[in-house]
Amino acid sequence: MSSITMVQAVNDALREEMRGDDDVVVLGEDVGINGGVFRCTADLIDEFGEERVIDTPLSESGIIGAAVGMALYGLKPVPEIQFSDFIWPAFDQITSEMAKMRYRSGGQFTCPMVVRTPYGGGIRGGHYHSQSPEAYFTHTPGLVVVIPSDPYDAKGLLKAAIRCEDPVIFLEPKRIYRAPKMDVPDDDDYVVEIGKAAVRREGTDFTITAYGAMVAVALEACEKAAEQGWSGEVVDLRTLLPLDEDAIIQSVTKTGRLVTLQEATKFCGFSSEISAIVAEKAIDVLEAPVKRVSGFDVPFPYTLEHVYMPHADRVLKAIEGVMTY
Amino acid sequence: MAEATMLQVLSPSGDVQSDLLPELSEERMVDLYRQMLRTRAIDTRMLALQRQGRIGFYGTCRGQEAATIGSGAAMLPEDWVYPALREGAVLLLRGYSLEQYMGQLVGCALDPTHGRQMPCHFGSDAHNYVTLSSVIGTQINQAMGTAWAMKIKKHKKVTLGYMGDGATSSTDFHCALTIAAVHKVPAVFFCQNNQWAISVPFSKQTASKGIAAKAVAYGMPGVAVDGNDVLAVYRATKEAADRARNGGGPTLIEAITYRQEGHSSSDDPTRYRDAKIHEEWMQRDPLDRYRRFLELEGLVSAEMDAEIEAEVKASVNAAILAAEASPMPDVNTLFTDVYAEMPEQLLEQREDVLQERNEGTADGAFPL
Repeated sequence: MSSITMVQAVNDALREEMRGDDDVVVLGEDVGINGGVFRCTADLIDEFGEERVIDTPLSESGIIGAAVGMALYGLKPVPEIQFSDFIWPAFDQITSEMAKMRYRSGGQFTCPMVVRTPYGGGIRGGHYHSQSPEAYFTHTPGLVVVIPSDPYDAKGLLKAAIRCEDPVIFLEPKRIYRAPKMDVPDDDDYVVEIGKAAVRREGTDFTITAYGAMVAVALEACEKAAEQGWSGEVVDLRTLLPLDEDAIIQSVTKTGRLVTLQEATKFCGFSSEISAIVAEKAIDVLEAPVKRVSGFDVPFPYTLEHVYMPHADRVLKAIEGVMTY
Repeated sequence: MAEATMLQVLSPSGDVQSDLLPELSEERMVDLYRQMLRTRAIDTRMLALQRQGRIGFYGTCRGQEAATIGSGAAMLPEDWVYPALREGAVLLLRGYSLEQYMGQLVGCALDPTHGRQMPCHFGSDAHNYVTLSSVIGTQINQAMGTAWAMKIKKHKKVTLGYMGDGATSSTDFHCALTIAAVHKVPAVFFCQNNQWAISVPFSKQTASKGIAAKAVAYGMPGVAVDGNDVLAVYRATKEAADRARNGGGPTLIEAITYRQEGHSSSDDPTRYRDAKIHEEWMQRDPLDRYRRFLELEGLVSAEMDAEIEAEVKASVNAAILAAEASPMPDVNTLFTDVYAEMPEQLLEQREDVLQERNEGTADGAFPL
């Protein structure tokens, strides 16, 4: 065990998987000599050389398109898109190509690869270094969408993603890249299973679903709610697609109340899907309407991002809403 | 047309540049002809089938047989091919069965891709021929990536990536050629400049003096070749592939050719095509030109033509009958291959459809 940050956890996962499998290659902008703008690929080039840790031209479509071609040929590419806000030139390669390759070829050609990209606000990044694009990807069959919420999961889920047979979009919440630290196993074989949510706090009165940096906000809100005698349960989704519906239904069945939490914009957000699933499959257990706490339906702001970002008090208000309905 | 600078072995008037003849045995020369003739015969038959409503869509290779067969034949079986719409003949050249080919066009259970895409979207891993999408240009980047993987794995192989002239305006063309040249990947980018992107003529696609010229800025050799001259196309592609195989990096080839039919069975080219220019190009037909050469060499005869045509007709007819007799893809294939393992949500949706069918409440939203 070592106490490490999420950045270090990502770096360790890459290093261990590259040691274990010569076919794993990393490519992207500034990932080589510079080790990535967030340092997630730091020093990998020293150990694995520039044929496996590749500084590419500034071309997102080229990076992902190249990785698709590499994956088809048998490599395990782990391309990095420097900020998820810049992933759109590659959206065609991701949704039209990478996601559909297995299906359209009848399973003859597959794209096992992991697109790593930092996402989310709270670092004073303005419109284009802060967004949360997960819903664009969860709307595409064939993709696996994974979001860790702490260093332990970041390492274990990334290792699992690299070993996964399907293409993975791996969204890293950059607000919590460098803090907090956490004990993480050094063991090569440790992975966190994709497709399974985790209950981060057990409770009996209400459920909060969250992922990424919002898990900590959910936990803080539960602390505040406890002062009023309300017992909250936090379900960290971890994999958004395919979703662990059972974990959500199970928790809501126990608590009877649901608050969904995300920092992405609200309309057609991922939480709306959770709300719909609960409405379809468990509406009879609900004692109050579902409340969604999210970012606002505006472009991500610069100066006022602290107002935009969901915080514990805003979540607490939603909790009050479902508890006093 | 930049004819003055394009590679040509056989001129339209019948002149032969003997010093440029590629090293091909007589047997292989005849086989190129056989493949071209077969391609045309299949196209003629498939377009007729589409008109009869027996297949849903078809895009022919007509007029581009020399560019397609000449380039495909210059590659080795272990090389990879990323096709665009009109290169199905390359898959057949690589030994793909006509039954599966027809199965894809009909969209029946004989299709290894389970009728999931429109006709002409072939793919076969056994033949290193990657299943195309309908998206223009995306395959150029993937071809670059596969070539790059070949280099990283130190395999002495080459990736051939096809595209039309329209695709050279796509983002992916620019990304792929930029990266391919920087990393010297073993790729041959083969542009079939057939003068049209559906209804948009080449003059409205780019103000560049040809496609091959673009290679200069990317930092790789660019070769313009007479795309209606199968021997010139073979020569240019073989040279580019040899260079790539030996570590010399990528090449952009522009085959200057002509789309004799509409873009697809859904298109009426008379709405935008100049009849006179069309007639000029029809006089430059690639099959006629190659046949004249082979005839002078004493390698083909009317009997051979008849024999090839009869053989193609019989095999195509048999394949059509087999495909039409084959059942539809199993309804289960609607849900398989989305992921390596079917997730819970898809299991549920599949269950709903199976139940719908068991109850006989619906046979789908509309009759097929």
